[in-house]
Amino acid sequence: MNAKAFLFVFAVAFLPFLASAQGFAGLGQSSDGFALPDPDTRFSFPDDHGPHPNFRIEWWYVTANLRDKDGVDYGVQWTLFRNAMTPSGTDADQIWMGHAAVSGPDGHYFDERFSRGGSGTAGVSSEPFEAFIDEWVMTGSDPNNVRLHAQGSDFSYDLSLQASNEFVPQGANGFSAKSHEGLASHYYSQPFYKISGTVILPSGEISVTGRGWLDREWSSQPLSPTQTGWDWISLHLDGGDKMMGYRLRDETGPAYTVGTWISRDGTPTPFVPGELTMTPIEWASVADRDVPVGWRVTLPKRDLAIQVEAIYPQSWMSTAVPYWEGPVSFDGTHKGIGYLEMTGYE
Amino acid sequence: MLLDVQNLSKRFEAVTILDGVSLSLAIGESVALTGESGSGKSTLLHIIAGLEPADGGEVTVDGIALSTLKDAGRARLRRDDIGIVFQQFNLIPSLNIAQNLLFQARLAGRDANLSALAEQLGLSEHLSKYPEQLSGGQQQRVAIGRAIAARPKLVLADEPTGNLDETTGDAVFDLLLQSAKETGAGLLIVTHSERLASRSNRRLHLRQGRIQQ
Amino acid sequence: MTAAALHALLSHWRRKPFQLVTLVLGLALATALWAGVQAINAEARKSYDDAANVLGGSQVIVDSAGAQIAPDAYATLRRNGWKVSPIVDGWVAGSEGRVRLLGIDPLTLSPGTPTRGALEDIELTDFLGSQGRILTSPATATRLENFGARVQKVEGLAPGLALVDLSGAAALLEQSGYDRLELDPEQPLSQTPLKEIAPSLIIKAPDSAGDLARLTDSFHLNLTAFGLLSFAVGLFIVNGAVGLAFEQRRPVFRTLRALGVPARNLVFLLVVELLILALIAGAIGVVLGYFIAAFLLPDVAATLRGLYGATIDGALTLSPLWWLSGLAIAILGTALAALTHLVQVARLKPLAAAQPRAWALASESVMRMQLIVATLCLATSLFAGLVGGGLVGGFVLLAGLLLTAALALPTALSIILRGAERLSRGVLSEWFWADTRQQLPGLSLALMALLLALAANIGVGTMVGSFRLTFTGWLDQRLASELYVTAESEAEVTDLIAFLEPRTDAILPIWHTDAEVLGAPAEIYGIVDHPTYRENWPLLSALPNVWDRIAIGEGALINEQLGRREDIAPGDVIAMPGGWETEVLGVYSDYGNPMGQVILPTSTLTTRYSDIDRTDFGLRVSRGNVDAVRTSLTEDFGLPAENIIDQASIKSFSIDVFDRTFAVSAALNVLTLAVAGFAILTSLLTIAAMRLPQLAPIWALGIPRHILARAELIRALILAAVTFVLAVPVGLLLAWVLLAVINVEAFGWRLPMHFFPADWAWLALLSLLAAGLASLWPARRLATRPPADLIRVFSHER
Repeated sequence: MNAKAFLFVFAVAFLPFLASAQGFAGLGQSSDGFALPDPDTRFSFPDDHGPHPNFRIEWWYVTANLRDKDGVDYGVQWTLFRNAMTPSGTDADQIWMGHAAVSGPDGHYFDERFSRGGSGTAGVSSEPFEAFIDEWVMTGSDPNNVRLHAQGSDFSYDLSLQASNEFVPQGANGFSAKSHEGLASHYYSQPFYKISGTVILPSGEISVTGRGWLDREWSSQPLSPTQTGWDWISLHLDGGDKMMGYRLRDETGPAYTVGTWISRDGTPTPFVPGELTMTPIEWASVADRDVPVGWRVTLPKRDLAIQVEAIYPQSWMSTAVPYWEGPVSFDGTHKGIGYLEMTGYE
Repeated sequence: MLLDVQNLSKRFEAVTILDGVSLSLAIGESVALTGESGSGKSTLLHIIAGLEPADGGEVTVDGIALSTLKDAGRARLRRDDIGIVFQQFNLIPSLNIAQNLLFQARLAGRDANLSALAEQLGLSEHLSKYPEQLSGGQQQRVAIGRAIAARPKLVLADEPTGNLDETTGDAVFDLLLQSAKETGAGLLIVTHSERLASRSNRRLHLRQGRIQQ
Repeated sequence: MTAAALHALLSHWRRKPFQLVTLVLGLALATALWAGVQAINAEARKSYDDAANVLGGSQVIVDSAGAQIAPDAYATLRRNGWKVSPIVDGWVAGSEGRVRLLGIDPLTLSPGTPTRGALEDIELTDFLGSQGRILTSPATATRLENFGARVQKVEGLAPGLALVDLSGAAALLEQSGYDRLELDPEQPLSQTPLKEIAPSLIIKAPDSAGDLARLTDSFHLNLTAFGLLSFAVGLFIVNGAVGLAFEQRRPVFRTLRALGVPARNLVFLLVVELLILALIAGAIGVVLGYFIAAFLLPDVAATLRGLYGATIDGALTLSPLWWLSGLAIAILGTALAALTHLVQVARLKPLAAAQPRAWALASESVMRMQLIVATLCLATSLFAGLVGGGLVGGFVLLAGLLLTAALALPTALSIILRGAERLSRGVLSEWFWADTRQQLPGLSLALMALLLALAANIGVGTMVGSFRLTFTGWLDQRLASELYVTAESEAEVTDLIAFLEPRTDAILPIWHTDAEVLGAPAEIYGIVDHPTYRENWPLLSALPNVWDRIAIGEGALINEQLGRREDIAPGDVIAMPGGWETEVLGVYSDYGNPMGQVILPTSTLTTRYSDIDRTDFGLRVSRGNVDAVRTSLTEDFGLPAENIIDQASIKSFSIDVFDRTFAVSAALNVLTLAVAGFAILTSLLTIAAMRLPQLAPIWALGIPRHILARAELIRALILAAVTFVLAVPVGLLLAWVLLAVINVEAFGWRLPMHFFPADWAWLALLSLLAAGLASLWPARRLATRPPADLIRVFSHER
């Protein structure tokens, strides 16, 4: 999901006190000196759960679809971004950023944290696994067995995530192309988490269970200059299969749409660009702008034609760089739940 | 002749105020000068006192022609030889009655018997008071006292009773006549009251800037 | 009818334009002085607020013992749910003096803080890192030219402050720890209690702003007092001008009343007229005030920096509220000045005979009243000063004494003039004294203004002079070393000493550390035993053998400020940071320092404290060798020239700071005196109109006008002279209160009082000149007055 690289680069560039059009110029516009994704690289665990400071950008990204005992839907997000200011690979040249959110019937709660590398307030270690920023943690023996915690001034969650499947490489054995020009990232996922735990909201403490999805990705290449944003979905199909897809919008031409079908045993099948279609069909006014919260998604090769709907259309992240991120449900040839992320609607 | 006025004329812009006035006054003589309002009688008195210059003619006081004197000389003449009583504001407000009474005498360097003077004027009880504490009649008596205390040769009075009621005015007028007589000074009184004027030795009437005998 | 009446009233001003000018100018001057001082105060306060915002408007976490906070402790806090942002706070040497350096972490700073607002247009990559940008206000940037292109100008930053990234500050200040952690106002739902994770850390309210405000309060109270004094003096002018306008229009009022204008309408018309005049004069005054403030502000800024280390911008920014308050004070002043006159108009009977005002009679009772109020004032001020105490008590004492003196002035003058009258021979001199005494009620307000202005001048002059004399003497003692050098780094110190040893008579380390002593920020210095200190150090009081005991590493010396604040005398035991105690052996004077100071034997300093700046040294060099040592230090040793300061330049710099510090007082003094002179002029002009009935009889009795005019001139001079003579003891009393009460409360030091008779002579000359100039014109008008004007008194009603 290279699109998130775009998000992060600009998130740092647009820290509210540093709002400049140039932004993080030296950083966002080229990859000079940084390591580049290599199609021949193969993942090596547990090392690859840890940071890759020779690459410019990297993240640990968890989304979760949860329900309480009355069947009310909740969405949870936990994200840790790493961004290197220089290719030195030193701690001091890293900037860390955390995003956490809970979407529920009473509203969308979120918080954002920043940290400078080497200060001891953020980092990731692979074995035992721990990713943290401040008191927010994703920690356990390995990423398949973790405690996930984050909080803000008006929300908190503490969840246990378990999975038994292998981690799923995205794209060509983990080499995920982002455009026809060959921009790419290293990308793997864990889409099979089973989750239980508690969420605390202003209305009280709620016991929840559900499913979760981890995305791990690192790269040094930003999007092409003409790519204006993206729409990304991760779907848990009722039969147990998973699907990930994204559409990179381009101001000069058609969107670049790719994804992966992950069968219930964890076998990934990447899509050829254009095989998947994603079309906005319903718009909502969110934070003074129009955002597509209903989508028609088709994948003819698998006879898939569904309408994806945001469960809570107001799941807006008013962070340094704002974006939409929230749980969805879908209906049509297939049914299920999932997560939607949309950026560039500013 | 104590006072000799010859052919005095005075104009104020286009208006002729005095037009060839001549008069004379002997030692010990009292003369009343009457006339309508605006007839020029106060101006005549001021010129005689050297307070105002004339446009033509001559005033001679005790043989000294005023035209030969400068401002300072006229002031000295006033100080030493002339006593003046005005209609109002005669007294020096910052000095008490005793000081006011003796003021001109001391200026002229002459002795005066304060207690006798006060007795004569009926002011014995008021000597340490200040002018503002006295009635109008009492103030005029102080003014008269001051004018004669210095034993001047000539006493000039300009409407001395103009601000007083009839009874008080009569008393003040009599006092003036009597005081002048006792000191032997010549007295020229300007008044608009014919009744009071008749008490003097001689009367002059001023009409349209001219003396009418 | 109303329009016609208004026209009749206003036509007066057309005939007497000078009176209009006097009234408007007097009011404008009074407003200007007040508004100017207020503008300065407001500007300074705003600067403190800016600084306070940047320096931490929110709560902070600090070490309870005053130690730095380790980065590990910061990380522990963040990892336990505490949203805090580290701050490094210190001073950096700029090419033009010290600048406060604030190291911040833009990544964790709360989005709501003004500091982050100030960073809006800065690129993060330029700012972050140990070589990142140094942000300062444009004015402060000129003081940091030694940092070259690293310095970036940012509008709206507090003056005297440099913002730099945390890592940049750590590098510049050579410290790894943090001075405090700023607490984000928004904290997450759960966090581990502070005492479980960092028992030595405590939360406290930000105090830097409060300190600055408290420190500078006295200065601003001082300025405000000056402003009020000026305004009061200005009011005398207004009173005079309004009085004149009413006095001269009496016949008009009477005629209007006779023509059937009700008293209420007449008063209403006059109120409208005064309101319009007050608004015009107020507007002029506020504009003038702006210029006064703009003119004085640089000196005020220098004062505040010199005395308190508080920095304010040299530029004025004024709020609409300030403009409005200026107008309001003008209207209030006019109302105060016009009230009695308006009441008189309301009571005026249309056909009452015109009587001269019974000055003498009224004045007796007024004087009695003034004496009673003066006694009350004296009692209140003595009570406030002696029983109440404190800085405010001191100022109440000051104000009360001044007011008492002013109110008692007419009575004192009256007694003196009565005595002169008794002693006088000749009828004219008798009249002169009696007449002078009679003028008192009309002149007393102006004379009170003159007394206040003169007393303030003498008082402030004596204080400043005494201070300067003491200060220069103290500088000579305190700056005994011929050269002062700062090593570039601690590593260089050994080499530096080795280099200097053969070239100097003595090398005196001036090592120090900053800490909190008895709950307030203080400096702790270490000194070695050396005759330089024994012979020169300005001890105010000390135990016997003080230097012998310091020599063997015992005890401590404290500055007068600390001693007075904590009531410590030699022989007392003082608790030192780090949890130990030592005996105070002596107290020394330390003028100009807002902070407490402790001097320890160097051995004690180094064993008790680890974080010591060891780079400063004083050098004893024989007179003739100073330049040679300086040259070899720069050329042979390679020490930058700015690291070497010689005694003479510190002294001249200090005295320059001192003089600029009190330039404001001097300027306000001159202005106040000018206003008082103007008050005398307007009072004399007011009286002149009423003088004719008093002078005409004298003239008629044979005293020429020019002699009367001369008497008027002499009278003004004599009144001014007597007022001056009376002002001297009042001024000295004022100086005593300033030196022995206000200074002690405000700054923590007491100064010996010196007398400056030469200054008084100048002042006497100046006040005579003011009175002479003020009376010259009315006197000349009298001398050239046509006799007809005088004659008219006797035959016509006024």
